[in-house]
Amino acid sequence: MNAHSLNLNTASMKKLILALALTSAITLQPLQPALAAEAGSGPVLNHYANLVYANYEDTLNTALALQKAIDSFLASPSADTQKAAQQAWRAARESYGQTEAFRFYGGPIDDDNGPEGRINAWPMDESFVDSVEGNPNAGLVNDRSFAITKESLSGQNERGGEENIATGYHAIEFFLWGQDFNDNGPGNRSFTDFVDGKAPNADRRREYLKVVTELLIDDLTYLTKAWRPGSKLNYRARFVEGDQDSLRKMFVALGSLSRGELAGERLEVALNSQDQEDEHSCFSDNTHRDAVLNATGIENVWLGRYKRADGSVLQGPSLKDLVAAKDAALADRTSKQIATSVANAQAIQAPFDREIIGGKDAPGRLRIQATVGSLVQQSKDLVAAANAIGITKLTLVQP
Amino acid sequence: MKSLKPLSLTLLLAATGYSYFPAAATVEDQEGEKTGGDTTVYATGRNAFSFPAANLTDVERTRFVIGNSFFKRNWVEAPSSTKARDGLGPHFIARSCGGCHVTDGRGEPPKAGEQPVSLLIRLSVPGVGAHGGVIPEPTYGDQFNNAAVQKVKPEGRVVITHTEVKGAFADGTAYTLKKPYYSFADLGYGPMAKDVMVSPRVAPQIIGVGLLEAIAEADILDNARQQAATGGAIKGVPNRVWDAPSGQMMLGRFGWKANVATVAHQTAGAFNGDIGITSRVFPDEACTAAQKDCLAAPRGAQGKAPEIDDKILGDVVFYQATLAPAARRNVDDPQVRLGKSLFHAARCATCHRPSYVTTASPNPQFSSPALNGQRIHPYTDLLLHDMGEGLADGRPDGQASGRQWKTPPLWGVGLIHDVNSHRRLLHDGRADGVLEAILWHGGEAEVSRNKVLNMSKPERDALVKFVESL
Repeated sequence: MNAHSLNLNTASMKKLILALALTSAITLQPLQPALAAEAGSGPVLNHYANLVYANYEDTLNTALALQKAIDSFLASPSADTQKAAQQAWRAARESYGQTEAFRFYGGPIDDDNGPEGRINAWPMDESFVDSVEGNPNAGLVNDRSFAITKESLSGQNERGGEENIATGYHAIEFFLWGQDFNDNGPGNRSFTDFVDGKAPNADRRREYLKVVTELLIDDLTYLTKAWRPGSKLNYRARFVEGDQDSLRKMFVALGSLSRGELAGERLEVALNSQDQEDEHSCFSDNTHRDAVLNATGIENVWLGRYKRADGSVLQGPSLKDLVAAKDAALADRTSKQIATSVANAQAIQAPFDREIIGGKDAPGRLRIQATVGSLVQQSKDLVAAANAIGITKLTLVQP
Repeated sequence: MKSLKPLSLTLLLAATGYSYFPAAATVEDQEGEKTGGDTTVYATGRNAFSFPAANLTDVERTRFVIGNSFFKRNWVEAPSSTKARDGLGPHFIARSCGGCHVTDGRGEPPKAGEQPVSLLIRLSVPGVGAHGGVIPEPTYGDQFNNAAVQKVKPEGRVVITHTEVKGAFADGTAYTLKKPYYSFADLGYGPMAKDVMVSPRVAPQIIGVGLLEAIAEADILDNARQQAATGGAIKGVPNRVWDAPSGQMMLGRFGWKANVATVAHQTAGAFNGDIGITSRVFPDEACTAAQKDCLAAPRGAQGKAPEIDDKILGDVVFYQATLAPAARRNVDDPQVRLGKSLFHAARCATCHRPSYVTTASPNPQFSSPALNGQRIHPYTDLLLHDMGEGLADGRPDGQASGRQWKTPPLWGVGLIHDVNSHRRLLHDGRADGVLEAILWHGGEAEVSRNKVLNMSKPERDALVKFVESL
């Protein structure tokens, strides 16, 4: 017992001495690379938090516009109101797609309580939610014993596996477009699926779409609050005080989205299977925009620049500035690579489910492959950039 | 003060009869935090078990990502519009690998009132089957499937009850363990054989399985030889089992009874048994002759081919083989270092052997050269041990008796809570946390458990903290 407590005391003391030593090293050697980054981290983190907040605020507002359009569609289903809701969905995705650069470090979006799985999980197991071709009675919509509430849908989401997606943008997308059996365009679900007497369980389909949209609004509101300035208690307040640790999170997010998620899950898997099911937004054929928006989200954070939904531009201190102070050439190379990825993603043509089809030299596949190649290179550049400002032991590649 | 620490360790080791391993300092220096050598990733949090080996090439990373997508995405009922993932069931437990190995992590017993998903129940009747394996229960097969596609009956429900096992540490602190009992209800195809034997198995975290496969067989057999030559009760033995992909008997390494030799066999077997997906290795759905609805149900791939082809199956195997162990945490924490010395002093390391250097994979087509030649720290001898009556399932499996279990690797144990939000350990998840798992140890491990019973609270805490640093 005594020996044990002595050990602990020794340790505490050692820790204290170590901490003191580190502190004095930093104070006494202001020209160390690690220190310059430290001095610059405050403004960069603050601006990042502003950028994240602005992006989530835009996401919430465009989702509220989507909700309004869906309410109109459900009040009087018609081809016109359906089309308006579809357009609002596409507009909402423009903001959300960029926020994916804030994932992968256990922040508000994907910590233990994070709503990411409720907001954007994919691919949908359509028959878990509603009728599918060949199985008209499938899904929660057609199971009248299942009560459709925000709680029950949230409970069903990702139950029994990482799939069984019951909620989020892609569930809404499935309701607005339906399964995509169309080679040259998106799914073409009829508005009559939502009209009583025209389709079985139309009332439950309306209810489901209404409730699942409310749930999305709740989750986006939660995220906006987590990043709102002026609170002493929210995630943002802690994040901006996080110094190197928070900078590391920013790099983890950018690198993970670049390599594991966008290049890997969303592009390489689809290239490999040539299967529409591996397409991110498969019902609406909006996958080409998802790729561009993810790539843009990465560039936003790297450059500290974000073009808001209203066209105004937020600009401020960035990761790039920190890295440039240590290694201007590396910062420049990284910027160029990231810009190349955005440009390559923009060259991918819709519909994505046709773009992935063909032999090795099919032009669509080559366009996607070029995007993958640039993203893989940029993930390496980002690791080098992080190292340049003293952040090591980075594990970037997320599944 | 600095010199007090080694002194205190020496005293402690002397007091507990520590003699098996060389100086703790040497072990520490070798180990560090790189659990999996150059494959190690620095990761905590929910995805801590989901990273590829750090030293994979870009081409291998692409294969990893593709394998992952088939690991975690759901299979659907045939016939469906989805061509790539058609053929779920007829009987199944989960719709995807990730349904049980949630984020590549560890399963747990079901919550009250729910059916198990990540805990499967193996069934057999007495006797020795093909290749020295089990004889499946005649009506229900060799595992219980509590889910089924439409128009097919599920096999029934699993019912779990508990009794309490009470005990106390030498310092008077009382503890209570919960012992589970398993039975079945709502059986879909009539009663089971009277002499059915039942063994619950929880899904383990699957990090580092490619590295375990790359441990030289000679090293594992050497563990058995060394244990046989040393005094005391610990006498581990290898299992030898049929490996269907390569068509030969091999040393068992995977599963709670080391009843599977390779990641490839485990994967093809789980696709077939747990999800109902046929492959070239296991071409038949797991329906018994008594299960007419199961036999009559539609097949995926229009019944013309295996439901998963060799290429995709290979990618899923590769994915698992290259899942990286995460780096240790708090390596230099004095409490962790104390716990480590206690771990060795209690002879835990005899079975939970800390370290190996890997060799070339026996299945290079499903693995990476990056896994070869790595100094790894899995903390297992991969041998079977009699763990006493308390843990016994009474169901032999290959050369494993009804009292034997394979020493599970300990790497990643401290991250299970990060990944899966629970701390359930042992073959059926009965232990809540490291200390409970130790308290369940009996049989060959009785002596080690008794040493822990005699530890003070700070020592027990240090021991647990060390195991959780892995």
